[in-house]
Amino acid sequence: MKSHIEQEILHQIAGHDRSANNTAPLFDISKVNRRQFLKITGSTASLVIGMQLVPKTALAFDPYPTGAEGMPHKTVTDPQVFVAIDSDGTVTLTAHRSEMGTGSRTSVPMILADEMEADWSQVKIVQAEGDEPKYGNQDTDGSRSLRHYIQPMRQMGASVRYMLEQAAAVEWGTDASNVKATNHKVHMIGSDGNPTGESLGYGELAKVAMALDVPSFEMLSFKTDDEFRYLGKGEIPIVDLHDITTGKARYGADYTTEGMKFAVVARPPVVGASVKSFDSSETLKIPGVENVVEIAGSMPPAKFAPLGGIAVVANNTWAAIKGREALKVEWSESLHDAYNTTAFAEQMRATAKKPGKVMRSVGDPDGAFASAKKVIAHEYYQPHMQHAQMEPLVAVADYKEGKLDIWAPVQSPYGARTDVAKALGLKPEQVTVNVSLLGGGFGRKSKCDYVIEAAIVSKEIGAPVKLQWTREDDIKHGFYHTTSVERLEAAIDDNNKVIGWRHRSVSPTIFSTFMPDPGFTSDLEAGMGLVDTPIGVENMSIESGEAKSHTRIGWFRAVSNIPRAWGVQSFIAELAHELGRDPKEMLLELIGPDRKIDPVAADMKDLWNYGEPYEEFPNDTSRLRGVIELAAEKAGWGKTLPEGEALGIAAHRSFVTYVASVVKVKTASDGSISIPEVHTAVDCGFCVNPERVASQMEGAAVMGMTVAMYSGINYENGAVTNSNFHDYPVARISEYPKKVHTHIVEHPFSVHATGIGEPGVPPFAPALANAIFAASGNRLRDLPFGESVG
Amino acid sequence: MAISFKVNGIEQSFDGDPTMPVLWYVRDVLNLHGTKFGCGTGQCGACTVHIDGSATRGCLLSVDAVAGKEITTIEGLDSEGNHPVQKAWRAMNVPQCGYCQSGQIMSAAAFLSSTPKPTDDQIDQSMAGNICRCGCYQRIHEAVAMAATDTTEG
Repeated sequence: MKSHIEQEILHQIAGHDRSANNTAPLFDISKVNRRQFLKITGSTASLVIGMQLVPKTALAFDPYPTGAEGMPHKTVTDPQVFVAIDSDGTVTLTAHRSEMGTGSRTSVPMILADEMEADWSQVKIVQAEGDEPKYGNQDTDGSRSLRHYIQPMRQMGASVRYMLEQAAAVEWGTDASNVKATNHKVHMIGSDGNPTGESLGYGELAKVAMALDVPSFEMLSFKTDDEFRYLGKGEIPIVDLHDITTGKARYGADYTTEGMKFAVVARPPVVGASVKSFDSSETLKIPGVENVVEIAGSMPPAKFAPLGGIAVVANNTWAAIKGREALKVEWSESLHDAYNTTAFAEQMRATAKKPGKVMRSVGDPDGAFASAKKVIAHEYYQPHMQHAQMEPLVAVADYKEGKLDIWAPVQSPYGARTDVAKALGLKPEQVTVNVSLLGGGFGRKSKCDYVIEAAIVSKEIGAPVKLQWTREDDIKHGFYHTTSVERLEAAIDDNNKVIGWRHRSVSPTIFSTFMPDPGFTSDLEAGMGLVDTPIGVENMSIESGEAKSHTRIGWFRAVSNIPRAWGVQSFIAELAHELGRDPKEMLLELIGPDRKIDPVAADMKDLWNYGEPYEEFPNDTSRLRGVIELAAEKAGWGKTLPEGEALGIAAHRSFVTYVASVVKVKTASDGSISIPEVHTAVDCGFCVNPERVASQMEGAAVMGMTVAMYSGINYENGAVTNSNFHDYPVARISEYPKKVHTHIVEHPFSVHATGIGEPGVPPFAPALANAIFAASGNRLRDLPFGESVG
Repeated sequence: MAISFKVNGIEQSFDGDPTMPVLWYVRDVLNLHGTKFGCGTGQCGACTVHIDGSATRGCLLSVDAVAGKEITTIEGLDSEGNHPVQKAWRAMNVPQCGYCQSGQIMSAAAFLSSTPKPTDDQIDQSMAGNICRCGCYQRIHEAVAMAATDTTEG
C-alpha cells in the first residue's frame, strides 16, 4: 500500500485510482429515485401529468465505469449546469475543460448537442470558470476529456431531449410517445408513425422544458450510432476558428481591466535559491516602472509554489522588461548549484548498468540471461525537455477587498483556484478563476506558479496586474520533462530466439515535485510504457534505477511514455537488425499472440492504468497489432524503395490509446535527411471527431520531430543554459514531415472512446531513428539527434 | 516629441518611450490583442504585422522606426475577416491552439502579395520564420497554396 501522502499525490497528478478492479458503475441505477409524476412548471400554472416510466427504446449504450470516478469532484450530469436554451432557440453549452489545441472545447459539447438533437448552427459555447463542485473535474490533462465526459455528455443531451419532448407533449395534450425531437424541433408523430407536420421549436419549448425535473438515467433513450448527426463525422469546425483567424480569440494576455499594471519577475537561476539582496534604484528610474515586489521563494518539494524573486511593476510590459534588465539581484546558494546535465547523464548510464529495483518479474530472467548464447544490450538517453508552448505563461489577477479575480490560461482552473487561495490565505469561495483560451499547454499550464505570482503581486500593490513571463522565463524556469536513460537487454538462444528481456529505467521522478524525493520512478510513471510493456517474452525483468531530481520535474505531453517508447521501440529495431529480421515482424513477434494482458498473472497487479478500470480499458495487444499492421500497410511496408529512402516503424499504447507510426526518410547526397511522409495509425476506440484526431496526429509528428531532432534542456552550475528558440529550437515548416497520413481504426460507440492529445507523440522519435538507420546505417541512441544527422 | 503613424488606417501618435517595440505598443497602448508575444527576439513570428505592406516582427521594431508609416495588424487585414488567407485558413481547419495563427496569417498575406504564384519550396521558405508548436505546418502549407489559387483567380 502507498502512504497517505503518495495517495494524495497520485490523486493530484492523475486522479489515480489504485484499484485495478474498480467496477463501480458510472450510473448507479439502484439509487435511482423512480418518480411517479413529473412536475411541470409552466408560465401560467403548474400541472401534473402522468408519464411513461419505460424507456422508449433499448439503451443504445451500456454505461461503463471510467477513471472519472477516481478524479476529484468526479463528473456532473445535471443538464441545468451545462445547458441553457433561450426563447429564440439559441442553445448555450458550457465547456468546462480547458482548450489548448486539441479541440475539446468543440468536441465535448458537440457530444451533448448531438444527443439532444440540437442544430449546431444554433449552439453557442461559453467557458466555465474554475468550479469543480459545480461542473465536475476540470483538470485538463492525461488525455481524459473525451474519455471521461463522453458518457455524461450523452446523458445530459438525452435528458434535455427528454425534457423537450415532455414539454411538447404537455403543450399538445398528448403522450410523450407521440412526439419526437429532431434537429432543434419536437415533431408530433401521428398514429401512422409519421410526423404530422406539426412541430415546436426548442426555443418555444425551452421555458417549460428546462423547468422540468431532470430524468433519471433509466428513463432516457439514446441515439444509436447510425443516428449520430455530428459524432464520427469530423464536419464541425472548432468553435473558435473564425475568432482565431481574425485576431479576436482571447488568450491569457488578452484581458485588460481598469487600472491594470504590468509585471515581469526576476527569478533565481537555480531552483531553491532565493533573493539574498537586491538593488532596484536603476529599475525605478526607467520611465513607466512604478514598483518592485519581492515574492517569497520555495525549495522542492513545493508543488506549484512560485520560485520566488523580484517582480517589477510598470504601466506597460516593455517598461517592466526594461526595469528588470536594470535590476541587480544577489541570489543565495542552493542545494542544486552543482547540477550539470552532462555529468548527470553519465551517472544515469552508470546506474543503468547495475541491477535496479525490480518492479515486475516474469519467469526466470536471470536464468534466461545466464543460459543465453548472446546478450544484446543498449542504452537510450533522453534529456530534459521544456514545453515551449507558443503562449508564454501569463495571468491577470485583481485582488480587491478580500476578493480575488483571476483571468488566465490554465489547464486546471479549480486546481489553480485552490492553490492560489491557499497561497494567499483565502478561502476558495473568495477566488474566481476565469479561463481564457490556452496558447498551447502540453502540461505546463497545469502548474499554476505563474497565477500565484500574479495574485501575490496584485494583493501587494493593491491593483490589478498582468504578470507576463518572457520566452526566456519560460525556458529557464519551467517544470521540466524528466531526463532518462533506458537500458534494454535481450537474451538470445541458439535459435536466435529472444528468451530473456530486461528493461531498466533510470529517471528522476515527478513525485519529487510533491514529496521528499523517493529517488526511483513511481508506479504512475512505471505505468507509462515500463511495467505495462506489451512485450511477451517468457522471462522478463522490469527495473528502476535510482536517480535524484535537481530541478522541478513536471509532466510534459505524453510524460514518461516518450523515453520508454524511445528505448523499447529503438531496441526492437536493433534486435531485428542484429538477428537479420524485418523490424515490423520482430516487433509483432515480441508482442506475441493477441491477448488482453492479465495484470495479475503478469505480475503487475498494482498497475497504474491511467486511472482507468483495467477491465474496461485493458492492454489489448490485438489492438496494438492492429495499428502496427494498418500503418505498415498504408506506408507500403516491405515494398522496394528508391535508393536513399527507407521506412522506420514504432508503436506504443499510452493513455489507453494505441498508436503506430511509420516514418519515411529520404537521404540526400550531402547526407541531409528529409521526411517525405508519415503514416500514423490510431485506435482511440469510438472516434468522436476524426478531423481533430487527424490534426492531433499531424501535430504530434511535428512535436515528435522536435523531440527527436532538437529538444534538450541543459544545466550547468544548477542553471538552465538554454534561453530562447535559437538554443532551444523547435521544428519549423521548412523541415516538418511533408505529409502525415492519419489512419483511424473505426469502432462503434461500444468500444470506449479514449483521448488523443498525447498518444501520438511517443512513437515518432523511435520510428524516425529506425528509418534513419534503415536509410543510412546510422544508429542514434541519444536524443536529440542534432548534429548527428545531416 | 510625439511619433505619428497609422494603425489599421487610423492616425495615431505616441509620446511615450520611443524604443517600445510595436508589439507592446499595439497590445498595451492600443489594446489590439490579435498580435501575439512569442519570443521577443524575432525568432517565432507570433508578433508579425505589416509595415507598409511588408511582414515585420513587431517585437524587434521600435515605435520610432515606424514614424510616418502604415502599420496593419491582424485586426486590420480585412474588415470582414475574409482575406483569401483567412478564408483558406478556415477552409483547411488550420489552427489547433490558434495562438501563433495571427502571425502566420500576416506572414502568408504579405508573402502572397509579393509572390502570387509560389512554389511549394517558396511557401516553406517564406513561412519558416513562423513557429507553430502545435505543429499545424501541413495545413498551413496547404492553406497558403489554396489562398494563392484564390488570389490569382480572384
